[in-house]
Amino acid sequence: MPSQEVFNWLRTRFFPHIWCPGCGHGIIMHSLLRALVDLKKKKTETVIASGIGCSSRMVGYIDACTVHTTHGRSLAFATGIKLANPELTVVDVMGDGDCTAIGGNHFIHACRRNIDITAIVMNNNIYGMTGGQVSPTTPVGSLATTSPYGAIDPSFDICKLAEGAGASYVARTTIANPKQAEQFIKAGINNKGFSVVEILTHCHTQFGRRNKRRTPIDNVNFFKANSVPLNKAQEMSPEELAEKIVVGEFVKREIPEYTAQYLSIIERVGGLKNGK
Amino acid sequence: MPDVAFWQGNEALAHGALAAGCRFFAGYPITPSTEIAEIMAEELPKLNGRFIQMEDEIAGIAATIGGSIAGRKALTATSGPGFSLKQENLGFAYIAEIPIVVVDVMRGGPSTGLPTRTAQQDVMQARWGTHGDHGTICYAPSSVQECYEIAIKAFNAAERYRQPVLILSDEIIGHMREKVVPPTIKPEDLVERKRPTDIPEKFVPYRPDPKDDLPCMASFGDGYTWHITGLTHNDWGFPTNNSDEIEKMMKRLMRKIDRFRDDIVEYETVLTDDADVLVLAYGSVARTSLRAVHEARTRGIKAGFFRPITLWPFPDKELEKLARKVKTIIVPELNCGQMVLEVERAVHGKAKVVAQNLVNGELFKPEDILSVIEEVA
Ligand SMILES: Cc1ncc(C[n+]2csc(CCOP(=O)(O)OP(=O)(O)O)c2C)c(N)n1
Ligand code: SF4
Ligand SMILES: [Mg+2]
Repeated sequence: MPSQEVFNWLRTRFFPHIWCPGCGHGIIMHSLLRALVDLKKKKTETVIASGIGCSSRMVGYIDACTVHTTHGRSLAFATGIKLANPELTVVDVMGDGDCTAIGGNHFIHACRRNIDITAIVMNNNIYGMTGGQVSPTTPVGSLATTSPYGAIDPSFDICKLAEGAGASYVARTTIANPKQAEQFIKAGINNKGFSVVEILTHCHTQFGRRNKRRTPIDNVNFFKANSVPLNKAQEMSPEELAEKIVVGEFVKREIPEYTAQYLSIIERVGGLKNGK
Repeated sequence: MPDVAFWQGNEALAHGALAAGCRFFAGYPITPSTEIAEIMAEELPKLNGRFIQMEDEIAGIAATIGGSIAGRKALTATSGPGFSLKQENLGFAYIAEIPIVVVDVMRGGPSTGLPTRTAQQDVMQARWGTHGDHGTICYAPSSVQECYEIAIKAFNAAERYRQPVLILSDEIIGHMREKVVPPTIKPEDLVERKRPTDIPEKFVPYRPDPKDDLPCMASFGDGYTWHITGLTHNDWGFPTNNSDEIEKMMKRLMRKIDRFRDDIVEYETVLTDDADVLVLAYGSVARTSLRAVHEARTRGIKAGFFRPITLWPFPDKELEKLARKVKTIIVPELNCGQMVLEVERAVHGKAKVVAQNLVNGELFKPEDILSVIEEVA
């Protein structure tokens, strides 16, 4: 059960939630809320944006400044919000399809700008909401309704993508380690720059059912059995790592943050004295 | 602000937006609208405003909506291909009731079409481009001075009615230089969005104020928590599948424009009292049309001129009244016949409607329109 402090961040008036019983997305929501509570964030100064998908429905249940945008575009909305009012804490929750397919362009550009937003990618390797279609993170060979003979296109490594595009904090964990998810989300929010926290989760309903991970617990066991911490992974060969999920903090670097730079332009051209 | 300026339409539009209190711009460069973005990039930081060039037009309007949600008057500007890309998120702003202003400086289409030439091919897209029912407020300036003034009107309408407002300019209006006398703007000339007065615990974000049927709007960061969604929602802003709630939301959205239609609609008439032939034109075409009407008068033809300033809502009632008196209405347009459909709908057979169309990237010459006036007179 959530603590009272976490409970206070829920819009229970909007329950019951739409998620399937046992869906991994709820575990991520709980990790996020614990992180926000622990960081002593104020609800009225915390923005949580999302796109469209089962994952993105999370924001409706959180009592904060929440915006459930269009499929793939949440980071562009969040960029506008953050730039308009840099004092807000801005978190963006997305599905794997949302983030890396339709929203891929916005994702790499948000990384590149290093704007102070924490993106939480809820990667269940499938389009859950629309009924189990292949996503850019569906592993090769897996079955989906639109890859009935097995996916043939290689999947994205979201963390490498974020690193290459310029994010200043990048980490990955799974829902089998909710404590670590909370810790990485906190580190992401504390980082002054664009942070990406990829959390492997499951859609037993649409992915598991077709790929021998039928129940929620099958998926938790799968994540536990296949997670490899970064330091251990560094000693393993690519072959040994092929089917594994490397978890840990991949990037922590200090790069100038976008809104801070914009504010310094405002200062330079004398805009501050001219009010809002 | 200079007392007198010699501006291009795009420049006047940008300065008008700033005078209206616009403090946020996000967009993506595209001819013939780019000057608007360039001026905003230069001027906004000087006013503690915010400018950002996004990765595409979809992101441009998304960030613009975000800027408005965080409490700033927000603008984006584009042209045909970019206007097409913006449509999905434009719909988001309609359903979530987020005030923004979107400028489309029209060029020829479809597709990449005619980047540097003029057209009026987006007037129906402005009305129906995004999917789903919604009311539209759309202005069409026909002079540089009017670009400035309409920018202010558009922001006022967006903030008052809590919805996106469109400005359809065109390549000629956008790039033409004319004298502008920027009017003095007093604070009371500007509409600021209605803020909630309830304590946060009592705030129901989409509950309309009984006085005007419009909900007030909090900004992220000003002490309220609330939920914004593009899904059909109830007064709490929460997604609903309840038929009564769905209908209630849709009807109220539509009612905004219906109820305030007479306040919103603007048009101009010249020499219509005794007119037999009426020329109805908007944007750049209105200029040549008016010339042709005056010329026709010197030749003894009772010609009149009608210019919708709001293309949407269309001044249909006002036109219908005139249609009872005139014999023929000529509708010259730089497209294959779009607004003429609305004219036909409005006059309902009371006058003969003649379409005159040009789609070669040029503007009508006054004599082109004059010859049609003479033909029908
Ligand atoms: C423009 C647009 N295209 C397609 C859709 C349909 N759609 C809704 S959610 C979704 C995919 C969701 O997958 P993901 O982002 O991985 O989230 P999940 O449901 O798996 O959490 C799609 C394709 C849409 N809403 N909008
Ligand atoms: S369909 Fe999948 S992702 Fe969606 S709620 Fe059910 S289990 Fe979760
Ligand atoms: Mg998914």
